[in-house]
Amino acid sequence: MFSPPILRPGSGQVYWRVLATGFKNSIIGVQKMKHIISALVENKPGVLAHVAGMFAARGFNIDSLVVGRTEDTGLSRMTLVVVGDDRVVEQVRKQLAKIIPVVKVQDFAGEPVVSRDLMLITVSTPPDKRPEIFSMIEMFRGKVVDISQKSLMIEVSGPESKIEAFIEVCRPYGIKNVARTGTIAMPRQAKTEM
Amino acid sequence: MASKTRTQTSHADKSSLKTGAQIIVDTLIEQGVDRLFCYPGGVVLPLFDRLYDAPIRFINPRHEQGGCHMADAYARASGKVGVVIVTSGPGACNLVTGLATAMMDSVPIVALTGQVRTELIGNDAFQEADTTGITRPVTKYNCIVKRIEDLARTIREAFYIASTGRPGPVVVDIPVDIEVDKCSVNGQAGMNLPGYKIRTKGNARQISTVARAINNSERPVLYIGGGIITANASEEVRTLAEKAQLPVTTTLLGLGAFDQRRPESLDMLGMHGSAYANYAVQECDLLIAIGARFDDRVTGKVKTFASGAKIVHIDIDPSSISKNVRVDIPVVGDAKEILIELIKEVEFRERKQWFKKIADWKKKYPFSYDRQATTVKPQYVIEELCRQTKSEAIITTGVGQNQMWAAQFYRYIKPRQFISSGGLGTMGYGLPAAIGAQVAKPEDTVIDIDGDSGFNMTMTELSTAVQYNLPVKVCILNNGYMGMVRQWQELFYNKRYSNSSLVNPDYATVAQAIGAVGITVDKKEDVAKAIKKMLAEKKPCVVDFRIDREENVWPMVAAGKSLNEMDGLDILESLA
Repeated sequence: MFSPPILRPGSGQVYWRVLATGFKNSIIGVQKMKHIISALVENKPGVLAHVAGMFAARGFNIDSLVVGRTEDTGLSRMTLVVVGDDRVVEQVRKQLAKIIPVVKVQDFAGEPVVSRDLMLITVSTPPDKRPEIFSMIEMFRGKVVDISQKSLMIEVSGPESKIEAFIEVCRPYGIKNVARTGTIAMPRQAKTEM
Repeated sequence: MASKTRTQTSHADKSSLKTGAQIIVDTLIEQGVDRLFCYPGGVVLPLFDRLYDAPIRFINPRHEQGGCHMADAYARASGKVGVVIVTSGPGACNLVTGLATAMMDSVPIVALTGQVRTELIGNDAFQEADTTGITRPVTKYNCIVKRIEDLARTIREAFYIASTGRPGPVVVDIPVDIEVDKCSVNGQAGMNLPGYKIRTKGNARQISTVARAINNSERPVLYIGGGIITANASEEVRTLAEKAQLPVTTTLLGLGAFDQRRPESLDMLGMHGSAYANYAVQECDLLIAIGARFDDRVTGKVKTFASGAKIVHIDIDPSSISKNVRVDIPVVGDAKEILIELIKEVEFRERKQWFKKIADWKKKYPFSYDRQATTVKPQYVIEELCRQTKSEAIITTGVGQNQMWAAQFYRYIKPRQFISSGGLGTMGYGLPAAIGAQVAKPEDTVIDIDGDSGFNMTMTELSTAVQYNLPVKVCILNNGYMGMVRQWQELFYNKRYSNSSLVNPDYATVAQAIGAVGITVDKKEDVAKAIKKMLAEKKPCVVDFRIDREENVWPMVAAGKSLNEMDGLDILESLA
């Protein structure tokens, strides 16, 4: 059911294309939405394989999947970005919760959340274009982390839309490499936008 | 099974040290295991040496797949956890079909698999396989034990996970060095499963909503599945059906959960279900599903399934709800607990018109076959089996036509009586399942109603039955075809019988060679006599019924059709 990951030229983004034959019909005519799902999992071998395998076996699409440790050495947090209609995402949530080492699952859709993506991007920088690029980096609150004769490595973090906008503004100069973490997110405590 | 409290680990003197193998045996006994299906091999030898003296009855199958099916049917027949122990690599790989079968049908199994030494894992060692990787999608949970301190706890957790909530198979992979390693007996912690929570008590408001829906319904149908048997809720279903006057249809795996002799029974629904069940579901205004999962073999075309009905779904597995069919009133919890609450709130309501309509369908389209035929009709064999065993035998089946006829023509009256591979549809399940059920119920008559092709797949297990004096009975409905495949080829592929016919051995001779009794029946008038002889037999016995070769299963909802668009109704009507 898996086709190999396809590298979208230019952006360096990896798309897992999963054929969702079982769900195709139910999706037609229903609005698909991006959901950020956060799963607290036991820090045990095989948990990632279990989660990834469940997505493949059930034909769910993952846009991104990030795993990292938490303050508790026994627990890790997985943040998944999933696209689908409410019914598909509800199944994703339930199927995740069903996996025994998965302790807690939250869907942040409709909640105020802070979501962040971290990117390292290497851009060709002919000397005459450098000032231009520097001002852009400033605008995006990025950081230059490596510099060479012909290129700059820039660190940018922020919501996915910002990262993607930065990629677009870099494109004309020539992007050499992109590495992104994928989205992590946390709900806001006070329900006001800062 | 309450989790044990943590005990002290300090001051373990030499005498209280136990090997991993001993810990495994002690934990199995602590969990109440007294029957075990196992196949030895290199890396489980330390364990088998400890098992040698254990107060457990061992059944040694001829193939690990058979062992896994035996453990599965043992669990289905007894309500306990089935246990299977095999070696690494090929032993573990051979379990896969059995585990997948148990997973699909929610059967509690604990499988202990040997593994190569910890330091060799990942090195392609002799008889090494990535057991947890291979079995992950076909188990409820699996894990590998890498520290002897975790061994007892992990096995306890395996039993707990396998048998609670929606049950399922659990694999515990144990490297050989863990079996021989020693550890303080006191150093065993209780269970630690922060991610495993089961909701058994249904939401009271939801239950009241269900009760109101039932009380207001003109044309309700109760649709029950294997979950009723797992939850031991048959009594409650009967009470509910009686009190609220609800017609009851069961899934294949639900057979036995509701006494089919009762007036409310609609028998099985679905692809080869009864016309009256399928019509009732399509015309009902309220469908109450309990412990069933809206499988595609039940619903037919999902879009038109019970389209005029409000749908209630009571299930212990939240992920089952609204998975295939959108549910109006979901209740998550244990079927028995929810039913007890629900019964209190429903009212008696006669629903004369609805039952009258159902009675008319029943009269018009009963399960039937050509009773005048001179050939051996498979349906006749099963009716005769039912008559002679007074509906009380435990029936296991293969998959396909034999399974459908066994579901249609035997009358099931109590839970755990019908044992069949429903979800996965595993051919070859019948004989090992009969052996497992016989181990669980030594006093009962256990009959495998099988097809010739399915029997061919696992008939080697007949020698297991002989070795352990398990007097299972096998009725082969032998048509020399993979019957259901042939039926589809007849109906949808222009009778092009591609690779579906077989040249079979003479099963009676095979049975005799193995040490069982073998009988061949090719005349209709010999059927009753042969069954009588078979039932009187104290040894395993195989009866080879040479049935009408091109008999079909009717009615049939073809793939993609709605439940009320059944083929073969004219045939049933003409035979009624």
